[in-house]
Amino acid sequence: MSTMIAPTRETVRAAERVAAARRRVSLAETLSQTLAMAWRAVKKMRRNPEQFFDVALQPILFTAMFAFIFGGAIAGDVQSYLPLMIPGILAQTVLTTCMATGTQLREDLEKGVFDRFKSLPISRIAPLAGPMVADLLRYTTAATLTFGMGVVMGYRPGGGVGGVLAAILLAIITGWSLAWVFTWVGTIARSAQAVQGISMMIMFPLTFLSNAFVPVETLPDWLAAFVRINPVSHLVTAARDLANNAVVSGEAAWTLVACLVVIAIFAPLSVRSYKRHI
Amino acid sequence: MSITELGRIASDPPPDRSTGLAVHAEGLVKAFGGHRAVDGIDLDVHPGEIFGVLGPNGAGKTTTLRMLATLLKIDAGRAEIFGVDVAGNPHMIRQLVGVTGQYASVDENLTASENLWLFGRLQGIAAPRARRIAAELLGQFGLEEAADRPIAQFSGGMRRRLDLAASLITRPPLIFLDEPTTGLDPRTRGQMWDTIRGLVADGCTVLLTTQYLDEADQLADRVAVIDHGRKVAEGTPDELKTAVGNSALQLLLAEPDEVPVAVEIVRRVLGSEPVLSPERGRLNVALDQADLAADVLIALRTAGVSISSVSVAKPSLDEVFLALTGHETDHDDQNGTEENR
Repeated sequence: MSTMIAPTRETVRAAERVAAARRRVSLAETLSQTLAMAWRAVKKMRRNPEQFFDVALQPILFTAMFAFIFGGAIAGDVQSYLPLMIPGILAQTVLTTCMATGTQLREDLEKGVFDRFKSLPISRIAPLAGPMVADLLRYTTAATLTFGMGVVMGYRPGGGVGGVLAAILLAIITGWSLAWVFTWVGTIARSAQAVQGISMMIMFPLTFLSNAFVPVETLPDWLAAFVRINPVSHLVTAARDLANNAVVSGEAAWTLVACLVVIAIFAPLSVRSYKRHI
Repeated sequence: MSITELGRIASDPPPDRSTGLAVHAEGLVKAFGGHRAVDGIDLDVHPGEIFGVLGPNGAGKTTTLRMLATLLKIDAGRAEIFGVDVAGNPHMIRQLVGVTGQYASVDENLTASENLWLFGRLQGIAAPRARRIAAELLGQFGLEEAADRPIAQFSGGMRRRLDLAASLITRPPLIFLDEPTTGLDPRTRGQMWDTIRGLVADGCTVLLTTQYLDEADQLADRVAVIDHGRKVAEGTPDELKTAVGNSALQLLLAEPDEVPVAVEIVRRVLGSEPVLSPERGRLNVALDQADLAADVLIALRTAGVSISSVSVAKPSLDEVFLALTGHETDHDDQNGTEENR
């Protein structure tokens, strides 16, 4: 380490550095920092492949399980249940995937490296947004596997490739938007376990109190009322229209509006509580 | 000698105030709940010096550093770094200060070179240059062989070096080191000291915290002693040592039970109060002149108090700390406390 004193090094001049220091982070800097953080998150995923277990196994397991258990009871047989169910599973897996965003953020926040991120002259939102960009990979994997499993089981989406891709895209957008809710939970909860618990409490009502697995008409009125306003129901209906009929319905627009509302509320909340969270 | 008196002697105004300070803090306060972890600390650090903040665990050293580094909100008081207001311009401060924490703040999931590359990229350095700087720093810190290994396999010393390397990517003019050598073996510690001296040779200013008194003595140009969130003294290591007396007599009695007798004898011979160390049977006596040690020894011999070891030395910062705060550096309030205040 004696080379530290090597004479070739240029002297550090404080006054020049003060003069060159910028007061704010620009938007371009924020974007490049977010991408750098996304790169970190992808590296992390590659080194901890178990993070992909829920993304990979859940679509396969749930598709098979739900089809055989509920298929006969709800739609008469498995084949006719698939067009109804696959978009439902799509919504569910994407939601489960974005739930992990909060848990992982919480784990990350407890690590020493977040201290360094906070001490660097970088945008405060980059450490939050970076992993979420990387999560797009996980949503894509989960959504593709769900449809893949459906096709293996005999699902023939009427909307064709274009319809299915559009449904997947809509699910990814929704997942990314809803992830801000769990990111916020990640910044306010006391431990990763608490994040997990709270997220479950949000996730289960959202997925099961929707039209994902059963027709709304079979529900009691008061429940049906909630199911109709649940954003997950909009996503499921929109995805069904896209995948089965290649129709872009008003439900897709409602889904996007819900996404924007969620981002507008939870992105600023997350950054605020992340800043406080030191 | 009282604490305030000593504090005044030690903190004579430093010579060149006009050139602008690297750190200027006034009345910094941080409260956690009802507990004031930092309770009105003033600090002036001059450009190009190594300034040591010395104190036991829980004294408020880390909290002070974290406030100055924008990692904690300043509850009261104000701070400037190279004339830039810390609370008002946190983004500028983060460009001027490199922070190395007590626990290595590097990413366990990445390799050493990936870590440095990421921190470089985040600070707007183009990818190829970030790669070059990472390789350079790894070389300087003797980590090139471990460059592509995951951090999980790193020893404590290697992590510390990588952590410091990560703080130096943009070569910030001010570097905060929070207990840079805690938990390191003596050899690695010596290397870290050399590195820190090298930083100053490069033109940087270093503010470090330590609970090792010899570290402050070895490295720091000036030292602030902190206890219970307050500054109890400030000065060069020599000023602090002189303030406690020119030399110190350390006695280890053969019979710990005879401590009260020995204390009485020291009072009678020197008219001053010995400081009891938590180690049973050990007394530290401040002396104006080393010669006086003989008087104490003769008196002890006459009284039949037998001694198992004796030494006369320039006081260590340990004794300075004991004299200033009335307790040992491990924060255990021992029997000598009240009398000493």
